[in-house]
Amino acid sequence: MTTEIPETARPRLLKGVRTRFDKARDTWLLLAPERTLELDAVAAAILAEVDGERSFGEVIDVLMAKYDAPRERISADVRTFLSSLVERRMLEIDVP
Amino acid sequence: MAMLAELTHRCPLACPYCSNPVDLVRRSGELSTQEWVDVFRQAADLGVLHLHLSGGEPAARHDLEELVAASTGAELYSNLITSGVGLTEARLEKLAANGLDHVQLSLQGVDHETADLYGGYKGGFDRKIAVAGWTVKLGLPLTINAVMHRHNLSTLDLMIDLAVDLGARRLEVATVQFHGWAEKNKAALMPTREQVQKAGETVHAGRRRLKGVLVIDYVPADYYATYPKACMGGWASTSLNIAPDGQVLPCHAAPTIPWLTFDNVHERPLKDIWMHSDAFNAFRGDEWMQEPCRSCARKAVDFGGCRCQAMALAGDAAATDPACSKSTLHADLLAAAEAASSTRDADLTYRRMPTLKQPLRTHDA
Repeated sequence: MTTEIPETARPRLLKGVRTRFDKARDTWLLLAPERTLELDAVAAAILAEVDGERSFGEVIDVLMAKYDAPRERISADVRTFLSSLVERRMLEIDVP
Repeated sequence: MAMLAELTHRCPLACPYCSNPVDLVRRSGELSTQEWVDVFRQAADLGVLHLHLSGGEPAARHDLEELVAASTGAELYSNLITSGVGLTEARLEKLAANGLDHVQLSLQGVDHETADLYGGYKGGFDRKIAVAGWTVKLGLPLTINAVMHRHNLSTLDLMIDLAVDLGARRLEVATVQFHGWAEKNKAALMPTREQVQKAGETVHAGRRRLKGVLVIDYVPADYYATYPKACMGGWASTSLNIAPDGQVLPCHAAPTIPWLTFDNVHERPLKDIWMHSDAFNAFRGDEWMQEPCRSCARKAVDFGGCRCQAMALAGDAAATDPACSKSTLHADLLAAAEAASSTRDADLTYRRMPTLKQPLRTHDA
């Protein structure tokens, strides 16, 4: 199940949740209270654009410019992933 | 991979279920600031990601701010595991400025009476509520850690509500584990089977209701279960403990296994201890397992349970954890748990530093 996210909403990682590249494991990680998520290429690409400033729509636009995929597909991937982080109290989405 | 740094055994609280060993390390035996800083660097090199700053009460260390800065410098994710007593708003601000990532605050109950009785510290509850407020105000993630036992399990739903009211992002519901000081207080703390069953239901309902509001992690009681817990995710697989004096342990309770010997960061590099020491290799893999574990399909799921519990209850650290229904000792364990849970008016033994047998004397060279 994913929540509706308006295009103008601004996602941001909560304080105490941060990405880190792990050289030993050669992968991006998301570190949070008592949790370590190994980020796959898609998840890492999404979080690289989530800076607390860009809106959900802008994140999708930036990813479209970088990756050759239809907007609906990117939008669905971003929404699914960000919703999963909201459920885990790692990310908040500020709706204007 | 995670490392628990027990910075000190000193603590203003006296919880009768403290996981610290009964034989506590004194202040004079603690690692220095520089020694801890060096251990943090070694841990980061080893691949540790999460650093849990614990104790005792870590705020009893006057160099806590410096240690948090060192953790940040080593790119570790720092978690302060605290009773709250010893923290001020100014201190917490300094810790946050030095890069502290997460605060995990213990609550011994949902009201003054219970919390201060089980914490053994008058006024503790009020201080904890204040610390929760400062933490949330700073934007730091707050976890409430609640050890649950026979006398507070009936308030589990209130504890969940309190965690939400305090602005916690995460609640850790830990049913008391009978190691350390808790072992002395089994009769007073052992929950009943009905309580344990209800607690599981309360947690599941809370998780459903609070999705996106509060993450609830739950350590269930294992004595009434069918299978044992996958203790530590397997011996020496994803975590290690450093005791206040620098002793390196696979888990809190490992020193209760009498034939294990432990290395100290004073004497051996951390990586070498992790990879090659006898204590860390004692129960890796499955060579050490006995039947029924060795041929059990679940051996890669729960690793035969807890080695320290096997030691305590079966007298053999390599035996099947008696919490497992396949253990020949399981029926005895169950009967003992039920008997303990129906004890009335058992005394509590609070955690205390040993009293000095001789007065301290100065030493002249």
